[in-house]
Amino acid sequence: MSMLHTVNKSPFERNALDSCIRLAKAGSAILLTEDGVVGAMKNTNYSKTISDAMSNIKFYVLGPDLKARGLSEDNIVDGITVVDYAGFVDLTTEHETVQSWL
Amino acid sequence: MENEGDQVIKKFMYMNRKAPYGTIYALESLEVVLIAAAFDQDVSLVCADDGVYQLMKGQNTDDIGMKNFSPTYSALGDYDIKKIYIEKESLEERGLSLDDLQDLKYEDEDDDWAEKDSIHLVSREELAQVIDEQDVVFSF
Amino acid sequence: MKFGILVNEGPYTHQASDSAYQFAKAAIEKGHEIFRVFFYHDGVNNGTALAVPPQDDRHIPNQWSELAKEHEVDLVLCVAAAQRRGMLDEDEAKRNGKSANNVAEGFRISGLGQLIEAGIQADRLVVFGD
Repeated sequence: MSMLHTVNKSPFERNALDSCIRLAKAGSAILLTEDGVVGAMKNTNYSKTISDAMSNIKFYVLGPDLKARGLSEDNIVDGITVVDYAGFVDLTTEHETVQSWL
Repeated sequence: MENEGDQVIKKFMYMNRKAPYGTIYALESLEVVLIAAAFDQDVSLVCADDGVYQLMKGQNTDDIGMKNFSPTYSALGDYDIKKIYIEKESLEERGLSLDDLQDLKYEDEDDDWAEKDSIHLVSREELAQVIDEQDVVFSF
Repeated sequence: MKFGILVNEGPYTHQASDSAYQFAKAAIEKGHEIFRVFFYHDGVNNGTALAVPPQDDRHIPNQWSELAKEHEVDLVLCVAAAQRRGMLDEDEAKRNGKSANNVAEGFRISGLGQLIEAGIQADRLVVFGD
């Protein structure tokens, strides 16, 4: 089983997402939470980084954190799956280890 | 994960990505690692990104009024913590080399207590592999 | 499944404690067990009995206390981190000659070994921090 990585920082403020993407093995998953959800948005300087990484990493974003910030699920990068907290819990059980990129 | 008799041995990794002193994470992470040593788990320490600054030689906190905890790292070998991974790219991005970091050693009980390097300089790909093999990842 | 949760930040400044709480609640609702929530670094401040947030805001320490009561969740404040930050239970207050204690209901103070144990015992350890 592969690893679930969580990133809770905006890529515009910190390098957690960059570090996570460069060290995540193919086949692992990345869940964007808290301020990290801004990394999921379309038409940003980071959208391409996410799209490119999608070839071997599965991306998820926490819906409640998008909604709280007034960010629409309709405007996220194609291919990212929106999950709620129950979905977050499922992701942690479906992957063997969880690593938080703080 | 391995089973040794009744005891489960998990691969524990401590991920350090922050410089010391600006926040307490480096110090309190080190405190966890020292406690963890008593639990006989398979422990790895990783320094990547600004975490590489934690191991800088010549730290001197006299003028900032904080305790210099960097000498404690040299005790890690005595606690049987001998897998300290440094990401090569993180060093290079910061204009650093291994010479800038403390030279951490441990004594190998299986090899007539020969002194060996605890620090393993690893490439991005190698580190990704190490991370992928872990059972539990602690980040602070 | 058995979960261990590590909370590295205090209440209100960072979202970490809120996220951890929402995660814990969702996990329990799905029938999982929260084996232990370990509070480290400023996270120990989640265990204060003295917080008085405005009425229209959530009461983070109380939320944790109630979760502990309803679902027998073990809430542990790291003793070393707690002492640094002035979080003392009755015993610790007495031992250190302090006149008051401030650990909220449902929390207990213990050593870092409890975090390592959570890592060993739990099927998953999930970390919330900054």
